[in-house]
Amino acid sequence: MRESRLKLAAGYVALLIVSVMFIVPFVWLLRSSVMDLSQIFIMPPEWIPRPFHFDNFKNAMTVVPFGAFFKNTLIIVVGVLLGTVVSSTIAAFGFSRIRWKGRDMVFAILMSAMMLPGAVTLIPSFLGWKTLGFYDTFYPLIVPAYFGGGIFNIFLLRQFYLTIPQDFDEAAFVDGANYFQIYWRILLPLSRSAVIVVALFTFLGSWNDFMGPLIYLKSDSHFTLALGLQMFQGSYTAQWDLLMAASAAVVMPCVVVFLIGQRYFLEGITLTGLKG
Amino acid sequence: MEAPALDRQSALDTQAIRKRKNARERKALFYGLLFTSPAILGFLIFTLGPMIASFYLSLTDYNVFKEGTDFIGFDNYAKLFSGEDDLFYQSLGTTFYFVVLRVPAVIIISFILALLLNMNVKGRSVFRTIIYLPSIVPAVASSMIWLWLLNPDLGLVNNVLQKLHLPTSSWLFGEGSVIPSIVLTTLWGIGGTVIIFLAGLSGIPKQYYEAIDVDGGGWFHKLRHITIPMVTPTIFFNTIMTIIGSFQVFSEAYILTQGGPNNKSLFFVFYLWRTAFRDTEMGYASALAWVLFIIILVFTAIVFKTSKSWVHYEGERT
Repeated sequence: MRESRLKLAAGYVALLIVSVMFIVPFVWLLRSSVMDLSQIFIMPPEWIPRPFHFDNFKNAMTVVPFGAFFKNTLIIVVGVLLGTVVSSTIAAFGFSRIRWKGRDMVFAILMSAMMLPGAVTLIPSFLGWKTLGFYDTFYPLIVPAYFGGGIFNIFLLRQFYLTIPQDFDEAAFVDGANYFQIYWRILLPLSRSAVIVVALFTFLGSWNDFMGPLIYLKSDSHFTLALGLQMFQGSYTAQWDLLMAASAAVVMPCVVVFLIGQRYFLEGITLTGLKG
Repeated sequence: MEAPALDRQSALDTQAIRKRKNARERKALFYGLLFTSPAILGFLIFTLGPMIASFYLSLTDYNVFKEGTDFIGFDNYAKLFSGEDDLFYQSLGTTFYFVVLRVPAVIIISFILALLLNMNVKGRSVFRTIIYLPSIVPAVASSMIWLWLLNPDLGLVNNVLQKLHLPTSSWLFGEGSVIPSIVLTTLWGIGGTVIIFLAGLSGIPKQYYEAIDVDGGGWFHKLRHITIPMVTPTIFFNTIMTIIGSFQVFSEAYILTQGGPNNKSLFFVFYLWRTAFRDTEMGYASALAWVLFIIILVFTAIVFKTSKSWVHYEGERT
């Protein structure tokens, strides 16, 4: 579609203004994370640190044990990631490539659970884990990922699997393959990009999770980065330089993962939105 | 006339076919259930079970620190609605206000951003990345940034407003401004919704616009008669998702304001969390959870019901 010059120019201006508004908080975070406390509050603000204070990162680490928080977060994220990918691809296979009686009804029931606010299951789940003696451990945060890996992910993968011709399975059957081999040798390799989408969203969801760790973790030594950062904010409100350094350290892995997997992110969102 | 022998033969055949078909169906059922069993078990253990337990809990006075638990029927619900609990109505009002303010803002602004990104400008992907990026920032970190940017004295926003001789605000610290301020901070993470709109926009066939060009209609005409009707399914999807998400906002409330000032940002889920995990009134909090569930259900049902009159699906038009 051709657009008039005037309209295009207006579009550029609007996009530039919006982009600046979206990027300023980011730049603010980054510049403050490497600034001296005396430079940080100067108004009108200075945007380029003189000199760069990379010490902030090291100092933030000594005030709060971010190293331990990082390790905890990593354990949870990797555990959840593994469970989600294995579990949701297997379930999606069962809901799309095998024709069994009652399949679509079962899937519809599972889908309806998506509407349920997390708050409804929150309290009994907490009490259940506590009764089993798993309060203040990582299990409540990791184990559920191994039971289906989230209906949303199953839905996304199922949509994808349905687009792969059924003939592949038939041919494999004739050659004597069983369902597991079809899943492992045909479906998984063919759905690499959909699996990456699920993995990326799972990574972000788990890395960014705040309520889960807040409820299930009690001792500081078990805290995740999100919890640690919040705790840090509570006790060092005035130390904006260190607070921003810590925040930047929590944000950066997400940004890196996003920039690497950008194509898949946009694909994944588009897929979920269109098929919704 | 058919020979009876042949008849018998074909009957045997169909029987054999049926038998084989039955065996195949049984096998499919077995493997289908096997593959989906983790998901089904997960649903039973982590959704259905807790749901039933939650409803039962809401009919009790279960409190972690109280000895013994009594079944009290609908007393919790009666207490909620009797007006005895001011904070219930307060948190309900706050949450409604937030939803009413946020949902239209998210839908309209992300639609406009998607329209801009859908233009034939250079560097589209760079703009798209910039607009999407904030939505991946953890709520804790983005809250930290906004706490500072919106600080009434030290924050960048008030400083810029002052420079421009515009009125400043106490933002998160003002009773009247706290909810709009939180809406504002969540708008930073609007990127996902924008991308979904963008996908909807790119699905509109170009010929439709060309037809309007031939008829001599302007851009507003195109927007009104093609773009908006064609993206109504996307508007519908985004509206439902935004409503469900807005009713459940928690992290921002917890980190930015802790319900303050003067309970003016006491969001429903934050109040629920406080009741359950700080005051340990698990029974009462379960009743709160069920009220939230019903409210979300009603709202979604309303949007679904009205959608028939404004959502256009491609298939229906032909």
